[in-house]
Amino acid sequence: MASIDIAAIHKSYGIHPVLHGIDLAIKDGEFVVLVGPSGCGKSTLLRMIAGLEAVTDGEIRIDGKRVNDLAPKDRDIAMVFQSYALYPHMSVAKNMSYSLRLRKTAKETIASVVARAANKLGLDPLMERRPKALSGGQRQRVAMGRAIVREPKAFLFDEPLSNLDARLREQMRAEIKKLHKDLGATSIYVTHDQIEAMTLADRIVAMHGGIIQQVGSPLDLYDNPANLFVAGFIGSPGMNFFEGRYMLVDGKPVFAPTGGVELALEAPANLSDGSRATLGIRPEHVVLGAEGPETQMAAIDLVEPTGFGIILHLTLGPVSLNAFTLDRRFLNATGTVAVRLPANHLHFFDESGRKV
Amino acid sequence: MTAKRIVSVLAHRLAILAYVAFALFPLYWLLKVSVTPNKLLYSEGIKMWPSRTSFEHFEFVLKHSEFPTFFKNSLIVSGSTAVIVTMLASLAGYALSRFNLRGKFWIVALMLLTQMFPLVMLVAPIFKMLSPLGLTNSLTGLVIVYTAFNVPFATFLMQSFFDGIPKDLEEAAMIDGATQFVAFRQIILPLTLPGIAATLGFVFTAAWSELLFSLMLISGNDAATFPVGLLSFVSKFSVDFGQMMAAGVMALVPACLFFLLIQRYLVQGLTAGAVKG
Repeated sequence: MASIDIAAIHKSYGIHPVLHGIDLAIKDGEFVVLVGPSGCGKSTLLRMIAGLEAVTDGEIRIDGKRVNDLAPKDRDIAMVFQSYALYPHMSVAKNMSYSLRLRKTAKETIASVVARAANKLGLDPLMERRPKALSGGQRQRVAMGRAIVREPKAFLFDEPLSNLDARLREQMRAEIKKLHKDLGATSIYVTHDQIEAMTLADRIVAMHGGIIQQVGSPLDLYDNPANLFVAGFIGSPGMNFFEGRYMLVDGKPVFAPTGGVELALEAPANLSDGSRATLGIRPEHVVLGAEGPETQMAAIDLVEPTGFGIILHLTLGPVSLNAFTLDRRFLNATGTVAVRLPANHLHFFDESGRKV
Repeated sequence: MTAKRIVSVLAHRLAILAYVAFALFPLYWLLKVSVTPNKLLYSEGIKMWPSRTSFEHFEFVLKHSEFPTFFKNSLIVSGSTAVIVTMLASLAGYALSRFNLRGKFWIVALMLLTQMFPLVMLVAPIFKMLSPLGLTNSLTGLVIVYTAFNVPFATFLMQSFFDGIPKDLEEAAMIDGATQFVAFRQIILPLTLPGIAATLGFVFTAAWSELLFSLMLISGNDAATFPVGLLSFVSKFSVDFGQMMAAGVMALVPACLFFLLIQRYLVQGLTAGAVKG
């Protein structure tokens, strides 16, 4: 187990910069999830930690030791690939023991370590099979087994669940979390799935355009997104945004969406009168069927039942707005509905997209 | 199955059969002539199978001609060429497939360039090069020339096989604790066995049937390969067809054996199940 320190990491492919100065300190035993849309540089960062990509500039330290120029094999890390990357000509047992055999570990030790890992992952009856005779979930388990037999300093996961179907993904997600609890190993997990990030992480690192947008606990990112990108990326269904102008009318705070009707606000925001801003509110925080002076009438465009709840697609003047409710009375709602945007759930972002 | 479908399947099979018959007929004729006794060869006219067969030509070729020497020489030259070329092509193909070399484009372009000349053009310069080195009239010289001509194509062939193997596999091996070379040897190479078999087979048959250079570079019978040796059955006044064909039939044996040996790897898709589903 070890800490991982990343300082001012840059990466470019030729003249194309991919990562622009990444700083991140990962504590011993921490589960960190790098999340972001494809092309944000999260996989590149992970591969740089693994030693599969050269570092253009900056420094990576594992357990306090600079590893920039170390070969992957000398970094003592294990990695689970999106494609699983099982050796097709080796049995499950051979796949799992390969790293130990390369290290010339004693045969008895290998046998016991592999047996323990297989037992933990429920792979006992499959040990003599080749990868092609396994299902997706079983292959995924073998890939995990291959990583845990070595007791490495850190585990790296590169979108390990994205080839599985939804049900299996949920199941494996829970298993990974349980495994991390058992082993307490420092783990870095790359995913584009914000649900995986939310459920697995001790800390989430949200990345976009080769820059870290926000680092924090899952609920930190959910409740207090640092900027528009994080606000929009975390949460499903996604946050509603209205672009417009913040104003004080007769001393009362008002938000005027571009081309839309003014929304009276329950409380003033930390913005100057007349400044351009974006207002955000999560669909689950939109109050439906409310009464009072701050309510607005919204037209119902579409009703999407998810089983767990209902997503309503609404229009408030020219702007559209999603609302999420558990109240099944809205299942057959048509026409208009009164909505209220409670002040304590409103997020304001200034012109540069930063939260105010 | 509808009648129309049956007809189309039948037509398809018949077409294939016609092609196969066309391709195999010369081999059949080779075999037929080789077992026809000399007496019947010119007296029976054109018949699909002689009224009496004998192995007298085979016996003569094995006992009284220098065919065993030619055969041995061919085996040495083709075998060595196949092994050396495949080894070089595996390494070069892997490098071209996986590494970003400076000047990669020019290396590939140069290799392609070597494939663009008719070989006849190169006979004289190659003779001029090999002669002062004492490599004419020697099997080593032939192996060097064949290797040089086969490496580019074999490299491209191997490269395409390496390209088909996901990079994740060797990266996983490298993280597991292997150097790039160990990953190549223990993970990638076993998965390219079909490619290696194909390359071996291709180079072996190319070298086995090569006539031009071996005719130009080899003079005495001691270092002659089998295609050159076949010419010794052509004398000033006659051609000994029976013996020539018997030698030809025997020359087919190693090629057939070779393919029998490697065909398991040629058809096997070893990478199944490596990645994804």
